[in-house]
Amino acid sequence: MQNADIQLNEQGELKHFLTLDGLDRDTLTAVLDRAETFTSVNDKVVKKAPLLRGKTVANIFFENSTRTRTTFELAAKRLSADVLNLNLVTSSTKKGETLLDTLRNLEAMQCDMFVVRHGDSGAAHFIATHVAPGISVINGGDGQHSHPTQGMLDMFTIRRAKGAIEGLVVTIIGDILHSRVARSNIVALRTLGAAEIRIVAPRTLIPKYIEDMGVRVFNRVEQALEDADVVMGLRLQNERMQGGTIPSADEFYAMYGLTPERLRLAKPDAIVMHPGPTNRGVEIEGSVADGAQSVILQQVTFGIAVRMAVMAIAMGTTASDSGTAT
Amino acid sequence: MITIDKPTVDTWMQALTDGTLNLINELNAGSAVATAPEDNVTVEPEIGMIGVMTGGVTVARQLRDSAGLTLPLGQLNISFYRDDFSRIGLHPVVGASDIPFTVENRHIILVDDVLHTGRTIRAALNEIFDYGRPASVSLAVLVERQGRELPIQSDISGHQLSLSPDARIKLNTDTMTCDIREPQ
Repeated sequence: MQNADIQLNEQGELKHFLTLDGLDRDTLTAVLDRAETFTSVNDKVVKKAPLLRGKTVANIFFENSTRTRTTFELAAKRLSADVLNLNLVTSSTKKGETLLDTLRNLEAMQCDMFVVRHGDSGAAHFIATHVAPGISVINGGDGQHSHPTQGMLDMFTIRRAKGAIEGLVVTIIGDILHSRVARSNIVALRTLGAAEIRIVAPRTLIPKYIEDMGVRVFNRVEQALEDADVVMGLRLQNERMQGGTIPSADEFYAMYGLTPERLRLAKPDAIVMHPGPTNRGVEIEGSVADGAQSVILQQVTFGIAVRMAVMAIAMGTTASDSGTAT
Repeated sequence: MITIDKPTVDTWMQALTDGTLNLINELNAGSAVATAPEDNVTVEPEIGMIGVMTGGVTVARQLRDSAGLTLPLGQLNISFYRDDFSRIGLHPVVGASDIPFTVENRHIILVDDVLHTGRTIRAALNEIFDYGRPASVSLAVLVERQGRELPIQSDISGHQLSLSPDARIKLNTDTMTCDIREPQ
């Protein structure tokens, strides 16, 4: 019997990691707890664990990325896997057959895990339904849909700073419309029991029916920031905007930019997050990004442990499913 | 199932404690030899204790207390070093490895509850060496049984048990009793 959710096996264990939708609190907490155990790898002289020794991880990136690709690469290497980086920035119209062809070739090279980033929503899911059994697929970001490892590393960073997600007020500022990071974060925050999720942006950058995801929509950034525990900036995604959604970057900064003055409206111990890369002077002032409340670089560090955890969990499930039953 | 009561386990613990104190005396006596003559500097490696999670950590903690020792105590979660990942995947989360001292040039007393196949100790040794090059590693276990699958043996053991190969033994760390389950 196949589980209705293709990222889970019959026992409800993660064999792919495609989206945070439909994953319960226990599953998300297990990922965070597992990531916690991987942070100790950094204490060692040899910053590695031999868990995925002999496995091959292919980073298949159809979209440009530096942070996500390099931290996935580091995570795989710290698990002692061999890593293949494929930069396949191609036009989305070529998808269909090209994608499957690529997959078959990588399968023929005996890869065990695909980390996929693609500009089309649903690409990782499509690949997961077509790979050979025994191969795990991790979504490194698909279109405007989902970026589940970013969502989890953000939860990890918040939990480290605040102890728990439960009861927190989280404000997300910026381009929600084009942001898979925002979507994954909203899902994770809801599942893990955040008290209130606020989003604030120009109306043109807020998707319709976003309230159905359980968020409160604000138009004025000052109101949205009041007494927030966590303030999350999002990058203004120039390359995703076909123009016309905002008058200009300067205008956006004047209305919504995260400045020290605005940050003072949040709780004094509020943390400032940003998935990067930051556009200083567009969505965030440099002094805030570098300030005492900023955890932006911790997000990058924790991203490695979280991606190690996701890879280890998915590969462990796939390995035991296709191996000898014990 | 047979349960071995606490007074019996306590006698094992006492034997382990006595053995460990002897070992520490030997290590301290031996360290006088560990000098660097060319610099005329005496290098005395210190001693650290590491428990294998979770049972070994409890035994190590009790051992340290009952022997009246103050040496630093670390813990190892060897699940990333196990050799059965491809067969059974990850083991449950039991917390992170934490070695609050440098391993480099230190005598390590590695502590576990039960020594059986030796595979856990193999994994623990590999992990310890990723923290640095110890001066030596000694193995202290509360119980050992036959069935080694690797050339690994204990330096000190609290008790030796003869069990059938499929029997299971588990230390209850809360009550310090021991359950032995023979196959049906």
